[in-house]
Order: sequence, then structure tokens, then C-alpha cells
Amino acid sequence: MLGTGLLHGLKVTARNLVGSFHDPARMVTTQYPEERTRLPENYRNFPFLLGDDPADPLGTLRCVACQICEKECPPQCIYIVMERDEKGKAQKRPKVFDIDLSVCMSCQICVEVCPFDAIKMDQEFEIATADRFTGLLRHKEDLARSNAYYHQLHPTEAAAVDAALAEQKARQAAAKAAKAPAPAAAPPAPPAVPPTPLPPAAPAP
Amino acid sequence: MIALAAIALCTLAAAAVALALRDLIHSALLLIASWVGIAAFYLWAGAEFVAFAQVLIYVGAISMVVLFAVLLTRPPTAPVSPARSGRAVPGFLAGGAVLGLLAGAVLSSPLPAGTDATPAFGVRELGLKLLVPHAGALLATGALLTVALLGAVVLAAGRGKEDAP
Amino acid sequence: MNPPAADPLSAGLLERLPLLARDALTSGLPEPWRWVSNSLLAILAIIVVFSSLFALLTLAERKVLARVQNRPGPNRAGLPLTRFRLGGLGQPLADGIKMLTKEDIVPRGADPVLHFLAPVVLLALSLLTFAVLPYGRLLVPVELEAGVLYFFAAGAATELALFMAGWASRNKYSLLAAMRALAQLISYELPLLLAVVPVVLLAGSLSTSGIVAAQAGWDLGFLPRWFVLTPWGFASFLIFLTAALAESNRSPFDLPEAESELIAGHLTEYSGFKYALFFMAEYLGMTALAGLGVTLFLGGWREPLPFLEFVPSYAWFGLKLLALLFVFIWIRATFPRLRIDQLTRLAWKFLVPLALLNLGTAALWALTAGWGPALQPLRWLGATALVAGPFVLLGRGLTAGLRPRTYRFA
Repeated sequence: MLGTGLLHGLKVTARNLVGSFHDPARMVTTQYPEERTRLPENYRNFPFLLGDDPADPLGTLRCVACQICEKECPPQCIYIVMERDEKGKAQKRPKVFDIDLSVCMSCQICVEVCPFDAIKMDQEFEIATADRFTGLLRHKEDLARSNAYYHQLHPTEAAAVDAALAEQKARQAAAKAAKAPAPAAAPPAPPAVPPTPLPPAAPAP
Repeated sequence: MIALAAIALCTLAAAAVALALRDLIHSALLLIASWVGIAAFYLWAGAEFVAFAQVLIYVGAISMVVLFAVLLTRPPTAPVSPARSGRAVPGFLAGGAVLGLLAGAVLSSPLPAGTDATPAFGVRELGLKLLVPHAGALLATGALLTVALLGAVVLAAGRGKEDAP
Repeated sequence: MNPPAADPLSAGLLERLPLLARDALTSGLPEPWRWVSNSLLAILAIIVVFSSLFALLTLAERKVLARVQNRPGPNRAGLPLTRFRLGGLGQPLADGIKMLTKEDIVPRGADPVLHFLAPVVLLALSLLTFAVLPYGRLLVPVELEAGVLYFFAAGAATELALFMAGWASRNKYSLLAAMRALAQLISYELPLLLAVVPVVLLAGSLSTSGIVAAQAGWDLGFLPRWFVLTPWGFASFLIFLTAALAESNRSPFDLPEAESELIAGHLTEYSGFKYALFFMAEYLGMTALAGLGVTLFLGGWREPLPFLEFVPSYAWFGLKLLALLFVFIWIRATFPRLRIDQLTRLAWKFLVPLALLNLGTAALWALTAGWGPALQPLRWLGATALVAGPFVLLGRGLTAGLRPRTYRFA
């Protein structure tokens, strides 16, 4: 009969209206910025540098300034200068590590190619600034974060990285122990560098 | 008396300016203003029902007819060509003749003058007067309007069928 | 017949409170000035009350629409310059300030006089319609014998302002949209008036207070004799609602001003405060039509049950008005927009025949008013059949050829 569809529609909207007051499924809005939704683990936005010591991440950066990420970065937003001592010998840490966030496109290629698990993806997006020249230029000090922070952001990934690093360390220790008592044995196999683990597949949202 | 003069002045001024303007839409709108003036006359005379009916029918509906007719039959921005001065004299003569006829008719008919007590003529009395002595005229007018409406519908529907490929 | 004016002294204190307040202000003045100042106070009261209602209505509409769409709606603008959010109650103030401070752009080729006059005339005529609504037992601003006719005369003249808006913008899209809006308004003028004629017929009066007076009394001791509770009245009410939605350019008939249709229709070239005036005139028109619907069908200021007389009459009118406005907002949240050809087809092919048949049903109802209690069920059944039958048959007839669409190319 004419009009039954109209009444059914009115019933649906009435149910939504009444439900929005008591049913959480019918009012899914997050009152930003007072509340924040929990970001999914695989969300990524701009990189950060990993340091092992939670108390001093800047001093214990895993980065050795190999400049692989600088070369692989598609928009070339990374600028690295290696630390050299007075005699000009290379120290395995960066003196300058700048990322221009206004250029970075968060493609994660720097993370994928880093052999030392030194650079990982952060999740920070509230970085708006009024200074359009240097406001988004991040230096080594701003980019350094601890491994605990990494565990907080990407627990699964961080656990996998830690496991891989521990395994690598164990293999190196075993290789050293095997090398010491048998010097006439076959030349010690170079420790295999485990490939950087890929991030786990994204779960369905 | 002052109110009557003021309403008369406004209505005549609107009609006169409507005649003189070049832009046809402006003239139509001023004509509509003169109809509102006539409704004001009715209100001044105490005939509320007729005044509201005048606004409803003239300003609400006939104005639409006029405006749609203007818009659909000529390019809207084309100005009306100025009247040639040779036409003014016959125009004034014709208008003057009509004015003389109406004035003579009004002035020579025996109307009661100066009575302060106006009869209370409400909506109910109006309705009874329409239906009882003048029922025939009312029904004939209704039939005429219905026939006109049906004719318009038939014309509109017919033209649509011709245009369809 | 014009009902005798209610004796002010016999009504309760709450009923007389507005009149007492008015007399306290103006009783010191000599006679002609007192009438003038009483009228001015009435006008001021109407403007203040209904402008505030307009502001709250825009907020209520946004919040109800939002909650139907599973979101909270505006909830941040509160008291200005403080941190108190008040659930978004300051939003109308914020919108008003925004509209006032926007640049008023008049297109170069536009007709400046008409462009300026259109929103002014529209608002003035919309405000004029509020003069005849009975807001309470003692609260009718102007007691007119032909009140309903006055209401529709003022309402019909608003169509002219719409045309002026579309024409003055010198924008072919505005003009086209104004003509479509006029077609819609004229089409729905007829069902609106035809739905009101049975009410006038059965109330025996064109005056709004007379129509409210005709809905007095209780059937079976507790059922109010409102016209909406009769078969012909229910049908009339539904037709009136539909036509009122269309007359105030309200969803689902808001084709003239929808953003996806010819930009904004006749409002395209208006910005800032003039746009706000158009908006205000639309909402005031909607409120006035809702008020008329309450007066004609829902018993005006009458209470629904006999023992609720202690609540003042203007409170009942306000409650019913708000309920009807909520129904308008609910309808807006639910139904998709109608196309212009669907609109006009609905008006001419569906509403007008039903309204005419309803007029006949109402006439039969009036003629059988003298039937005794034994014949009442027959009267009710007959009237219901006369109302429901054509509705179902016409509905079936008009939707007979419609099928779900099949698309040949994706």
C-alpha cells in the first residue's frame, strides 16, 4: 500500500534518534581533541630514529650513518653527515640526521632498507606549524626515541625486531665461541645478517 | 478622507509609473503594487473578506500569470520600445472618454450619502448573499473556470505529445 | 460566527499573565496611544518569540538531524568568550554573527532595488501571517473574521518575493530555479487550500478563534473533539502537512534551494545577512504553517484531556507547535528529495483529487452530524471507507506502471 515505505523509513530514523542517546553503536563520534581513537598498529606517519637506552636514546642510536636510507629515499628528504673525529676517521654514528617532514611521504622505504633496524615509522600527525620553512625540519634530537616507545607504538613489529636482533646476537656469540677454540678450522662464516622483518600484515579494521 | 486620498495617490502613482517604465518586469511589479492599493481601498471601506481575496487572487495568482507570460514570450532584458508621441493624443482621448463615462455613471446614480452607520456585513452575510439570490451566477462562474482549467490541461498535454519524437 | 471574546476575568491567573504584564506597561497611557502601544507590544512579542524560536529551531534541526545520522551535531559553541559548551546552545549566536560579518555581494548586473527588496518583502510577509494565530485563550493578536483567508493571502504574496529574488540576480540559473520554485508553490497552493476548506465547512467560521472554539468538548468524556481525530480530518491533516512542507520549500520538497540543484536556486547570488533573512523567512513560514496546522486540526490551545486544564493554554499551543516542528525535522531526516516532475505530479494527480474527495466526505460528515449513537459506527465506518478507499485505489493506480530500474550500462 502507498505510504508503508514512508512509515518504515520514519521508524528507522526514529530508532537511530532514540538509540543515539543510549546505544554506543549508534553514536560513534570521537570528541576530538579531548578523546583520541586508538590508532591501528600499522598506521605510519613520518620516521623516527631508534635508541636502545630508554634514559638516553640520543646517545645510544642504532644508526651508523651508512646513508643507505638517504640514497633510497624517493623524495630525498633525509640528510646525513657522519661523525668524524679529529683525525678524520669515521665514527659509526651520525653528526647530522635531518628529515624534512614537509617532503617526506611516509613510504617506509627507509625502514625497509635499514640493515640495523635504526629507523622506524612513528604515528605522530599533530605537527602543524606556522613556520613554513623550518617548522617541519626535524633534527637528530627531535627524531630520537627509545625502543620502549617503539614497543608502545607497534608491539608486534617491535617484538619481532627484538627477537631477530637477539637471535643475531646469539648467532654472533656462538660463532665467536666456535672460532676461539678451533682456529685451524674452516674460516668462520661471516655472521648472517638477518633481513629486516617486514611489518606484519594489517588486520581487517 | 486623508487615508482615502493617500491610498488613491499611491495606487495611481504606481499605475502611472508602471506605464512609463521601460523595463517590463518592473512595470509588472508596479502593476501588482497598484493591485495591493486596491486591496487597501477595500480594507479602508471595511470589506475585509474582499480585500484578502483581492490579495490572494491578484497578488498571489494573477501576478504569477502576468510574470510567466512576460518571461515566456519575450527575451527578459529587451526594453519596451518607447511609445511614439503620435499615439499619445488618441490614448488620452480614449482614457478620457472612459473616465467621463464612469464618472457620469457614478455621479448620476442615487447612492445614499453621508450615513454614518454602515451595515455590519460579515462573511456569513456575504456567503448567504452569494448562495441564495446569486447562486446561478456563482455556479456559472464555477463551470466557466472548470472548463477553462480543463481546456488548459488538454492544450498543455496535447502540445507535449506533439513535441515527443 | 465570530465567537464572543473570552471573558478575561474568568480565566485563571496563568492565562491572564501576559495580559497583566502588558497592562502593567501601558495602562497609564490615554486611550488612542494605549491601543497603539498595545499593538506595538504584541508585534514586539511575536517578533522576539518567533525569532528566538527560529534560532533554537536551526540548532534543534541540526542536532536532531545529526542524532538520526549517528553523530552528535554542533556541541562546541557555547557561551561566548567562556569555556562553557552548554551542548552547543551558542551555535545560533555564532551563526548569526558569522552571517552579519560576511561581505554583502551584489552582482554587478543585478537589479539593485529588487535584489535588496526581495528578502525584505519575503520576511515582512512571512511575519504578517503570525497575526491571526490564536496562541492562547486570550492571546490572539488580531481578531479577524476572515482570519484563515488573511493567512493564505499573506502567504501567497510571498511567492512574488521569490520571483523577485530569482529575477533580480540576473543569473539564468537563478531565474530558472525561481520559476521552478514558483511552479512548485503554485501547484501546492491548491491542495493546501482544499485541505483547509473542510475545516472551515465544519467549524462554520473563517476566523481562527472560531475554529478553535469549534473543537471544544469531549467525546465519551475524555476524547478531544479535535478535527484530526475524525476520518476526513486525518486525511485533511496529512494533505495539509504535505502541502505545508512544499509551500515552505522544505525537504523533501526543497528542490529550489538544494545545493545540488542549480547551485542554490534563487538564493545563489545572495550572501551574508540577506541569505540569513531568506533562511529566517523560510523557517518563519514553516513555523506559521505549523501554527496554522495546530490551530485547524490539533485543537489550537486546547488541552488533550479534561483534567489538564491547569496548564495554561499558550503552553499547550507551544507544545503542539514544537511537536509538529519536530515531525517536520524528522521528515527531513528521512526522505530523499523529490524531482520537480515528481513534485508536480504528486500535487496535481494525487493530492488534488484526494482533497476534493475529502471535501465531499467532510460534507457528508456534516450532513450526518445529527445521527444518534446507534448510527455513529456506521457514520465512522462510512467516512473511513470514503477516505481510505480512494487513497489506496489512487495509490495503486498511479504506481501501477513503476518497476525497479534496470540499467543496461554500468
